[in-house]
Amino acid sequence: MKELFPAKQVWGFVFSLILTLAALTVYFFNMSKAMGMTIFILTAFIQAAVQLVVFMHARETDDSKSIFMTLYCAIFLAIITVVGTILCMIWGWTY
Amino acid sequence: MGFFTRFLIPNPSPVIYTSMVAIGITILLIVFGLTHFKKWFYLWSGWLTTVDHKRIGIMYLIAALLMLFRGGVDAVMMRAQLAIPDNKLLDSQHYNEIFSTHGVVMILFMAMPYIMALMNFVVPLQIGARDVAFPRLNAISFWLFFMGAMLFNISFVIGGSPDAGWSSYFPLAGNEFSPHVGTNYYMIAIQIAGIGTLMTGINFMTTILKMRAPGMKLMRMPMFTWASLVTSVIIIFAFPVLTVALIMGTMDRLFATKFFAMTDGGMDMLWANLFWVWGHPEVYILILPAFGLFSEIIPTFSRRNLYGYRSMVASMVFISIYSFFVWTHHFFTMGQAAYVNSIFSITTMVIAIPTGIKIFNWLFTMWRGRIRFTVPMLYSIGFIPLFTIGGVTGVMLAMSAADYQYHNTMFLVAHFHNVIIPGVVFAVLGAATYYWPKMFGFMLNERLGKWAFWFLTIGFCLAFFPMYITGLDGQARRIYTYSESTGFGPWNMVTFIGTVLMAISFFLIVYTVYYSIRHAPKDVGDDPWDARSLEWATHNPVPEYNFAIIPQVSSREAFWDAKYKGHELFKGDYEKIHMPNNSGGPFIMSCIFFVFGFALVFSIWFLAIMGLIGIFVCMALRSFEIDHGRYISVEEIKETEAKYGGVNK
Ligand code: HEM
Ligand SMILES: [Cu+2]
Repeated sequence: MKELFPAKQVWGFVFSLILTLAALTVYFFNMSKAMGMTIFILTAFIQAAVQLVVFMHARETDDSKSIFMTLYCAIFLAIITVVGTILCMIWGWTY
Repeated sequence: MGFFTRFLIPNPSPVIYTSMVAIGITILLIVFGLTHFKKWFYLWSGWLTTVDHKRIGIMYLIAALLMLFRGGVDAVMMRAQLAIPDNKLLDSQHYNEIFSTHGVVMILFMAMPYIMALMNFVVPLQIGARDVAFPRLNAISFWLFFMGAMLFNISFVIGGSPDAGWSSYFPLAGNEFSPHVGTNYYMIAIQIAGIGTLMTGINFMTTILKMRAPGMKLMRMPMFTWASLVTSVIIIFAFPVLTVALIMGTMDRLFATKFFAMTDGGMDMLWANLFWVWGHPEVYILILPAFGLFSEIIPTFSRRNLYGYRSMVASMVFISIYSFFVWTHHFFTMGQAAYVNSIFSITTMVIAIPTGIKIFNWLFTMWRGRIRFTVPMLYSIGFIPLFTIGGVTGVMLAMSAADYQYHNTMFLVAHFHNVIIPGVVFAVLGAATYYWPKMFGFMLNERLGKWAFWFLTIGFCLAFFPMYITGLDGQARRIYTYSESTGFGPWNMVTFIGTVLMAISFFLIVYTVYYSIRHAPKDVGDDPWDARSLEWATHNPVPEYNFAIIPQVSSREAFWDAKYKGHELFKGDYEKIHMPNNSGGPFIMSCIFFVFGFALVFSIWFLAIMGLIGIFVCMALRSFEIDHGRYISVEEIKETEAKYGGVNK
């Protein structure tokens, strides 16, 4: 019975719900902008990791090395894009 | 009646009414022809439901040629309007619609499918596979692209075309300044086609990583396969940005959200930003496969192996990552500080280095080679100097301070046509000639092909070099007229003449195909060009299973070494071959996508919801479908191979 019960997935599901609720607090409670953004960013990244590892089985096959390579590449490009966008549209904006 | 008024065109003209009639007549003729010659069943079972990568490739090719015609007509109209000062051929609204659709059609519905055509046809053959990794997904990709393209193309007869440029900048593209449905077409048609492209990227990445013939290590892959792999990776990273930007744009237009509005916390510049985050990688999605094709053609007709294989691969991989670092160069003039512009100036200039490396590699491949001046080789040789000019002007544009002068002038227009026509268009035309015997079993006429090449090249030079001059003198792009005192008149006339030569070249190409179908010998053997890579190891035209026996690769130029160094490609005996079944699903689902898109464009909510449900039903049905494919028996293989004269050993 114990092998059949998908404990990891159930916990993953509960955990992802908790993360969602944590993000929702930003809307319902009055807090500073910095605080809100920190909560958003933290919960978003943890959420993504949970989804990848628990539900998309990123670590369960032999080619997990190449999966993570592409993943890191994607994260890298995403960071470049986001930082570049903020650089153009906010930090470096002169109008 | 009120319901139907939305389908009227806001700015009608006799030309549009004529094309409506022409479209109607063409559709009637096609329906009549299919019925008369009893071809409906053939069309359905042979093409509409096919999952064969070769047939899908050919359909992409046909679609691309049709769109080349459509975009070409737009181009001729624009240049006719500009040929003389103060011309009254088109009014400003029509001019706006024409340059907007010209750009979208040429980049997304001509160049992209042309590249997809060659990727589909060539890549599985080059890696010794029997099909792509997900054949049915491949069919969905094609049909989504096709329906997106058709949705976009009906805009000029139903409801009106987009008129905010191919980059569709907000706030101009918002409801306030573009009230009619044209820009809805833009947002939704490109979205549908874009989903198809994204799936192609996933499909080809998987195919190339997982389905190579035994012995074909990554560093033994032919260069076009490398280019396709790198391109797929760029597609997977870049297209989601476009998808999101288009959804936000659609929401702004249909549901009054404020993402790109100038009020309520919206940010109009964000569209330009997101568009080019996708847009710059997109130009590399176009050019890298073109580079790959030249890297196949040049060694074949120089009788030498490709110079600097490793540096070719390295520069492509470098470009693939680096193409995401430069997008701001498209809006240097939009208002960010000088230090921001400087950063992106430098990243942009750096990207010219790997491109330069590749140019030298091709030159060194030809150096001391025995060059045969066939049509594909002519296109490759024409490409090198002309593309280099385009690259150099690119570096000029990359200097942000100077770009304040060049930006949005004809100089910029000359730059990107100078890279796209000799780069992408020459590549696909040359490669289509090169692979024609593979696709259809006969060669295209060389003499006519050379005429077409010269008309295109001379026409290109006449059409675009004057734009560098008028651009530096300040002729702006996207302006429908200019006064005589500007002095732009004579140069624009030269441009118009060049445009006419290029149009003639298009008809010469069509005529070449027609002439060759009628007159070319049908028996050209399996290796008419004395080529080097694996796709030439099977028959012409390719049997449906590609290779009767899966080849064993032991070197970089597998087929060449089999011919001249005695490597054995096909070991062992025939075995039954597993093939995927045809399916009507992709076509039907894409038709529903079309209806869904059309309903969204005109805000017919009931129909849109029905369409959405239909799409989900199709996906659900597919999930529960059990389909194990079918087998081709050994007898059947023997029969087919006997017809071709046996496996090439
Ligand atoms: C040597 C490499 C290249 C450099 C340094 C370069 C640089 C630039 C720059 C700085 C611009 C923006 C100019 C402006 O808006 O004022 C630009 C525009 C453009 N480039 Fe390039 N480019 C290069 C290669 C290419 C290639 C290979 C392609 C396509 C195959 C291409 C296609 C385009 C297009 C389509 C636009 C303008 C789009 C528009 O505004 O409508 N470029 N390029
Ligand atoms: Cu760019």
